[in-house]
Amino acid sequence: MGGKLFAVILVVIALASAVPIVSHTFMGANVSLPEDISTHGHDIDKQLDETMIEAGLSFLAAQLVLAFFVFQSGGRNGVLKNFPGGAKYLVVAAVLLVGAEAIALGAMGTKAWGKVYFEPASADALPIQAQAGQFAFYFRYAGPDGKFGVLHPEKIDEGNSNFFGLDPENDIPARDDITSAELVIPANKEVHLMLHAKDVGHSFYVRELRIQQDFVPGLDLSLHFTATKVGKYEIVCTQLCGLGHYNMKAYLNVMSQDDFDKWLKAQSN
Amino acid sequence: MSEASAHVVHHGPPTSFIRKHVFSLDHKVIGKQYYALALVAVVTGMVLSWLMRIHLIAPNWPIPGLQWLSKVGAPGGVMTPEYYLSLMTMHGTLMVFFVLTNAPFAAFGNYFLPIQIGAEDMAFPRFNMMSFWTTFIAFCILVAAFFVPDGPPLAGWTAYAPLSAVGKDAGPGEGLGQTLWGLSIFVFCIASLLGSLNFIATTLDLRTKGMTLARMPIVSWAWFITSCIALLAFAVLLPACLLLILDRIGGTSFFIPSGLNISDHLQPHQGGSPLLWQHLFWFFGHPEVYIAILPAIGIVSHILINSMRKPMLSHKTIIYCMMGIGFLSYMVWGHHMFLSGMNPFSALVFSFPTLMITIPATIMTLIWLGSLYGSNLRINTASLFCLGFISMFVSGGVSGFFLAQPSIDIYLHATYFVVGHFHMVMGVAAIFGVFAGTYFWFPKMTGRMMSERLGRLHFWLTFIGTYCIFMPFHYLGLAGNVRRYSAFTDDFLVPLIPVHKFITYSALFTGAVQLVFIFNLIYSHFKGAIAPANPWEATSLEWSTPSSPPPFDNFGGKHPVVYHDPYQYGVKSSTGDYLMQDSPERAGETP
Amino acid sequence: MRVSKPCIAVLVATLCPALMFGGTISGKVTYTGTPVKQKPIDMGKEPSCAKQHATPITTETVVTGANNVLENVVVYISAGADDTTVPSQAVTFTQKGCQYIPHVVVLHTGQELQVVNADQTSHNIHPMPTVNREWNKSQPPGSPNLSEKFDQPEFIKVKCNIHPWMAGRFAVLKTSHYSITGDSGGFSLPNLPPGKYTITAWHEDYGTQTQDVTITGNETKSIDFSFKAKAY
Repeated sequence: MGGKLFAVILVVIALASAVPIVSHTFMGANVSLPEDISTHGHDIDKQLDETMIEAGLSFLAAQLVLAFFVFQSGGRNGVLKNFPGGAKYLVVAAVLLVGAEAIALGAMGTKAWGKVYFEPASADALPIQAQAGQFAFYFRYAGPDGKFGVLHPEKIDEGNSNFFGLDPENDIPARDDITSAELVIPANKEVHLMLHAKDVGHSFYVRELRIQQDFVPGLDLSLHFTATKVGKYEIVCTQLCGLGHYNMKAYLNVMSQDDFDKWLKAQSN
Repeated sequence: MSEASAHVVHHGPPTSFIRKHVFSLDHKVIGKQYYALALVAVVTGMVLSWLMRIHLIAPNWPIPGLQWLSKVGAPGGVMTPEYYLSLMTMHGTLMVFFVLTNAPFAAFGNYFLPIQIGAEDMAFPRFNMMSFWTTFIAFCILVAAFFVPDGPPLAGWTAYAPLSAVGKDAGPGEGLGQTLWGLSIFVFCIASLLGSLNFIATTLDLRTKGMTLARMPIVSWAWFITSCIALLAFAVLLPACLLLILDRIGGTSFFIPSGLNISDHLQPHQGGSPLLWQHLFWFFGHPEVYIAILPAIGIVSHILINSMRKPMLSHKTIIYCMMGIGFLSYMVWGHHMFLSGMNPFSALVFSFPTLMITIPATIMTLIWLGSLYGSNLRINTASLFCLGFISMFVSGGVSGFFLAQPSIDIYLHATYFVVGHFHMVMGVAAIFGVFAGTYFWFPKMTGRMMSERLGRLHFWLTFIGTYCIFMPFHYLGLAGNVRRYSAFTDDFLVPLIPVHKFITYSALFTGAVQLVFIFNLIYSHFKGAIAPANPWEATSLEWSTPSSPPPFDNFGGKHPVVYHDPYQYGVKSSTGDYLMQDSPERAGETP
Repeated sequence: MRVSKPCIAVLVATLCPALMFGGTISGKVTYTGTPVKQKPIDMGKEPSCAKQHATPITTETVVTGANNVLENVVVYISAGADDTTVPSQAVTFTQKGCQYIPHVVVLHTGQELQVVNADQTSHNIHPMPTVNREWNKSQPPGSPNLSEKFDQPEFIKVKCNIHPWMAGRFAVLKTSHYSITGDSGGFSLPNLPPGKYTITAWHEDYGTQTQDVTITGNETKSIDFSFKAKAY
């Protein structure tokens, strides 16, 4: 009795679990990936879809077979049967099927990963520095002179809007640097984002851009991406950085090249 | 070798109350002490998760009585963001270290490993007592962190540096509480090292006559493999914690680089590396997952064979798979760090062995399934939890397939997908193993049966409840819901709050259901039906002891001699369809 | 309540000089040069605050008025009038629209400070003293006011760790004779008994200046302070 009940409940759970994945909604909320606005995200989405199909089918198959075998094993009263072929075939099947699947997926995923991490940023990509600190992001553009001022951590004075620790008094390239709380970028132009952590570890995550990368204190990393769609998107921190972690965000504002040029000019004045 | 040492009497029966129940050398008492400590830790950890879940759906609601727990952390009962993170850190630390390491491994292992191999006690009973009491000290230090003025630590159970290393400049929760956290884990490592050495020595030296390694039950194998993993893993976490403490109070800079400005304070440190901590931590942290799950795999396989009344298709394959997983577990730690800023090429190198872990995991699952086919499955609470385990192991396992791939991890890293994954495969699955072990071995440990009616009620509600909690985590992850947020205020997170409500209600319900288990545990301990000598008609040596619970020397001065492989089920014998390991009888043909 | 006549006499004798015959020191604080332009604050990450400000507020490090007037300068008696009487009334420090109101709070040592969160978001009050005890407390919306005290005189920088642009100052003094300059730049320290006083003017960015003044009776002495603006 208990076995049959288990089988029924398990079938219901397995099928019910799959419904939100297929219908993309659960409790009235949209639980699917947002629209991809990057040039590299397509490969990541494809990889995710492939994996979803393979893992989803494995999940359903395993749960349903478990339910079926439990269902049929009750009330046999001593009549035992053995699985045809025994363990040998199962082991061979697992090694071949799962091994092949793992290698295939792993190899395929290398392409998507490589687009983000192995290809260098192009030479004409727009350089922007992103700084993460407790608990806000700030972004810095080189300004008309095309040069970034040097960072002096001891000069940071957040209450006075010197978030980066610039020293305009002594450092001329720093004088025209543009600091913004919003990451404003032109659409369809590659951006070269140089990541700098001010205090502890943080992370840069934009769902729509299919980008996530840690800020590591003492290790300035860089990212490059191209956004294809004008609009406002949220940048959130995904590395636990302290009490205000939940509140650490900024907006990514993708503009047309014209609007971006205007914005940049307005900031310089 | 094994025969000679098995005859050594380590200690006489204890006489005083203190030597019998508190500072006992008896592995059975120590096993129960570990179990009790894990029970206290799991109840605490669960209550913390309740508070967190309530806060997540009602961040500004004053939780009645919470201000009594911490006036600063919850002024007027409204939880501050840092207190949420503190509760999260304490929840994770309690659950991973004091529940998932203690219950399936230290508690059941201590109690049953010596009995299953026919020994009178562990190889080093005093070491054994020391490892429990050292664990207890570690627990007290951790709990003390609740009550320091700065508040409990908030850097998560992974304690990433430099947040965990720079001290109180990083905000509330990064003062004394974090130092106590480091100290607690440091002490815990010592205890676990002592414990795993003891398990290894016991397994290798104290097996009784005829108990070859091949004749050891799966679960003893699981404890043995786990202790080998634990020995290497905790040996790395121990110095890592020491370095962390030194960075915090000794002015060193192992994990803190130059030029950090925290809260407008320039930090005096220079030259350390935050990634060093991550490497050291995860070199321990990934094997730790298997420290939690392998004993559960062993327990479940052991009980399942008994319930199926026939041998596994190949129980040795399961043992080889456990060894394979243990070996691979040391080659995959970097998959926690795909986006950490380490060389992106190494992500692919770490990804490959991670994907390969799927192979032994799939083999085990297929063997369980294939063995269930055509079996004469006896359904009881213990076997139901075993079936529940398989289901959870599969559910938690397939999501690992996503996270093992660096390209997908770019999107899913640090989302609730990860939370769902590890809670299912390492949390719920391991706890189901502990539940199965409890219902199965309770008659041996106490001499009484647990209530089957309450047990089944507990199983059905827990099984459905845990799926309701942890499945939706995956959906949230797909929508990009970030983890470790104390409130969901972002534009894209607000629409997901209904899902969080569903999870919170499920968690409150499932947590409350555990009261049925605790009631059953206490009630049956005193009022349960008297257990027969071998209630499950099992074959391994724990059911050959002269009494339940076994006498202090386990076999009443005799030494069992083992004649068979551990799982002689589905055979014809004078006892029925099974043959005990120490029965000199030869099995007839399969009925 | 019955109060004896000698008692009243003593009270009158002590209070009258201060109330009736006290001198006053008053004046104006100005600056010379060109102060750095204050920067607008982008509160984008906290929409509930951003929408409270129709035009973005700016930083308040240097606040100036017409005619080169310098605001937010604390002018107080730093020597000559140590009074140990701690005012019983609490001083309120409000967080509203992710801004500290007022920007500079003057407290007597030991005087109660009430911190109020009038926003719909959590704030985190983090005074960073060097002499007093440092503390760092969060205040979720809906939680009670925080009550704190400082025992030593000190100028303390205050920040909110959650909203890094928020900055304020606690000026903890050993005297109740103080004045903060507003948009007229004027200050006035009344009710001073005769004596020699040191007057200090403190500005969070430009530092301190002192002048000695002697009050002989019921008179008004006028002194001015002038700070040199920093270009950066």
